[in-house]
Amino acid sequence: MSLDNILNNWSDYRKGAEEGGHHDYEHRWTMAINLDVCIGCNACSVACYAENNLAVVGKERFEKGQAMHWMRIERYWDQAADMEHPEQGASFLPMLCQQCGAATCEPVCPVAATYHTPDGLNAQVYNRCIGSRYCSNNCPFRVRYFNFYSYYESAWPSPMEQQLNPDISVRDKGVMEKCTFCVQRIRTVKDRAKMEDRSVVDGEAMTACAQACPTSAIVFGDTMDESSAVSQLWKKHQVKRGTYQSTRGEKANPNLRGYRIFEELNVDPSIMYLERVREDV
Amino acid sequence: MTMATEKDINEQIAWAKINTDVLRSMENPRPAYWVTVAVCVAMISVAVFAEYIQYTEGMGYANLNNPHMWDLYIASFVFWIGMSHSGTLLSAILHLMHSDWRKPIYRFAEAMTTFSLLTAGLFPIIHLGRVWNMYWVLPYVSDRGHWPNFRSPLAWDAFAISTYLSASMLFLFIGMIPDLAICRDHGKGWRKKLYTVLALGWEGNDRQWRHFRKTYLLMACFLIPLAVSVHSIVSADFAMAIMPGWHVTSFPPYFVAGALYSGCAAIITLFVLLRYFFRFEDYMTLPIMEKTAKLTFAIAMVWTYLNLVEFASIWYGHNVYDKELLIAKATGAYAPIFWSMIFLGSVLPFTLAFRSLRRHMPTMFVVSILLNVGMFFERWMIVAPTLSLSQEPHQWDVMWGSVVEWGIVFGSFGWFGLLFLIFVKVFPSVSMYEVKEMVFHRQRSAGEEDLIRMTDHTQPATETAGGEESK
Repeated sequence: MSLDNILNNWSDYRKGAEEGGHHDYEHRWTMAINLDVCIGCNACSVACYAENNLAVVGKERFEKGQAMHWMRIERYWDQAADMEHPEQGASFLPMLCQQCGAATCEPVCPVAATYHTPDGLNAQVYNRCIGSRYCSNNCPFRVRYFNFYSYYESAWPSPMEQQLNPDISVRDKGVMEKCTFCVQRIRTVKDRAKMEDRSVVDGEAMTACAQACPTSAIVFGDTMDESSAVSQLWKKHQVKRGTYQSTRGEKANPNLRGYRIFEELNVDPSIMYLERVREDV
Repeated sequence: MTMATEKDINEQIAWAKINTDVLRSMENPRPAYWVTVAVCVAMISVAVFAEYIQYTEGMGYANLNNPHMWDLYIASFVFWIGMSHSGTLLSAILHLMHSDWRKPIYRFAEAMTTFSLLTAGLFPIIHLGRVWNMYWVLPYVSDRGHWPNFRSPLAWDAFAISTYLSASMLFLFIGMIPDLAICRDHGKGWRKKLYTVLALGWEGNDRQWRHFRKTYLLMACFLIPLAVSVHSIVSADFAMAIMPGWHVTSFPPYFVAGALYSGCAAIITLFVLLRYFFRFEDYMTLPIMEKTAKLTFAIAMVWTYLNLVEFASIWYGHNVYDKELLIAKATGAYAPIFWSMIFLGSVLPFTLAFRSLRRHMPTMFVVSILLNVGMFFERWMIVAPTLSLSQEPHQWDVMWGSVVEWGIVFGSFGWFGLLFLIFVKVFPSVSMYEVKEMVFHRQRSAGEEDLIRMTDHTQPATETAGGEESK
C-alpha cells in the first residue's frame, strides 16, 4: 500500500465500481430450455454437481433448504380444474442462474463481488465475497447458494477429493456461489480459439447440463453469433433481449412458445424457456 | 397539587441538592446492581458462545437457508438502530424547539443512543459469512484498486452508521463536559483522574460557556439530519431491493417513525427504572413522564398511519406479489406475529391516552416494554415474510430461527444492559447543569409573573414562594 500509488494513479482510483448492464459484449452466452421435452430426470443437476465441485450436503441440510444445487429441477403439480382440464401430473422447470442482463444481484453487493462480464455473464468472485447474502435476497429466481458450512471434508471424504474438477475451486464457508454457465469451459474454448487464431464456433462451448441432457432440452450458445442454434431459436420464438416485452400479448403467433421467467421484473434474463405443449388446450 | 398548574419540576430545589442527588446515584452500587451486571454478563456469554459456534462452523447453525438469507440478525440490527433515535429526538430536536422539560431526562436517552448504536453495529458484522473480511466494506486505500460498491445500500450503511455513531458519541460527551467538571471537583481516587482528563479543563467561565453553547447547538443541528438519514439508509437496504414487501416507497419515513417510536418507548422504560432505583423522583417527575408518554402516543399514531399507507398502497396497487405477501402475512404462518405487531404497535399505545395510566409507573413500565416487543415484531415482519414468499414459488418456505440465532439476539440485550449499567455508575445520568438551568429559568419566569402581579394595582398582591428567592 502506498500513498504515492494512489496520488500518481488517481484517475484509476476514481473509476469506482464496474457499471452494470450495458457493455460492448464480446459474447452473449445464452440458453434456451425446451420444457416440452424435459423429462425431469435430473441428469443436468447431477452433471452440474460433478462439473462444478458442488457439495452434497446430506438429507438433513437439504431439508433445511441449505442445498447447493446450482441447477435444480423445480416440480409443479397440475391441479384438475374440471372434467375438460384434467390433472396432467407434474411439470418440470430446470432453474439455474438466469445470467440477467440487468441483474438485481449486482448493484446490491457491498464489495462488488458480483459483476457483469463482457461475455454477458454474472461473475461471482469468490475471493472477494464477504457473505452479506444481499445478492441472494435480491434475486427473484432464488438461484444463489450460500456455503452455510465448510464442506471440504464432509462432502469429499478421502479419496473422493481426487474426483474434484481441477479447473474450478472448492468454495469454503461464508461464500456465495451460483451457476456460472460453466465459465471454466467457456474460458478453455476461448483460449483455444485464440491460440488457433479463429473465433469460437457454435457448439464448441457446452455447459455440463446441456451436455448431459438426454433429450437435448437445453441449448447453449452465443447470441452474438447470428447463426448459432440458440440465436435461431430465440429469433424463431421472437424473444428479444433487453427491455420489457409482454411476451404473451404481443406475439404475432400465439403458437410461439418462447418466454422468459419474470419478464415483468425487467431483469433481462439470458434464458428463454419454451412452454410445454398441453394436449387439451 | 392542582392539575392545571402542576410543575414539571420543583423550582425550589437547591443547586447543591441537585449535585448531591446525582453524584450519590453514581456511587455505592447496591447488591441489586451487581446482580443485574451478572445477569447481563451471563446473557453476553450466551451470545459469545453462539457466535463461536457460528464463526467456526458456519452460518448454517443459525438455521438460515436459501430463501432466508437474512433473518433475526437484520431485524435486530434495524431494531437497535431504531432505538438509537430516542436520544437525538430528546436532546437535539427538543433542544432546538426549546422544550426545556427534556433536560432532566435527555442524558440517559443520549447514552442509550450511543449504546444501542454500538449494539446495532455488531449485527451486520455477526451476520457476515466471512466476518474476518468485514473491513472490505470500507473505502480504504488498496494497491489493487479495490473499492466497495458505492451503489450498494450495505456500503451506505457502513458510512451512515459510523458517522452517526461518532457524531452521537461526540454529542453525548460534549453535553457532559460541565457535569464532568462537577464530578471532578467532588471526585476522589481513580474517578478524580478520569474526570480531570475528561472535563478538558472546564472552569465554567464565561468564555467557556459561550463556546460550549455554540458547539452544542451546532452538534444538535448536525445530528438531526444524520438521525433521519441513518434510518432512511437502513430502510434503503429493503426499499432498494426488488423483493415484494421490501420495495416500498414509504419505507424511509416509516422506518424513521418506527425508530422514534421504539426509542421513546425505551426512554419510558429506563425513565421508570432510573426514577425507582436512583430515587430520582425530584427530577424524573410525573409531568415529564406525561409529556414523554404523549409524545410517544403521537409518534405511535404516525407509525400507524404509515402502516396503513403501506397496506393501502399495496392493496390498491394490484401488484400480485405484494398483495399475496400481505395476505399471507395476515393469514399465514406469520399471522400471530403480524397481528401481535398490529396490536402492540397501534392499539396498545391508546393506554397512553389516559392520564391516570400515564401517571402509573408500573403500567408505563409494562406498556413501554410491550411497545418495544411490538416494534421488534415489526422489524421481524419486514425481514422474514418477504424472503419466505418471494416471487419464486418453488422456494416458498417458512423458517424459524435456531437457538444460535436467538442466543445472539438475546445476548445483545445483555450487551446493551451492561454498557448502560456501567454508564450510570461512571457518568451522571441526569444532566446537573441543565437541571439547574431549568430550575433557574422557571424560578425567574415565576418571579417575573409575581412582579407583574405585585405592580399591577388592579389585582391584590399575593405571596408566592417562587418570587422571593429568584435573582
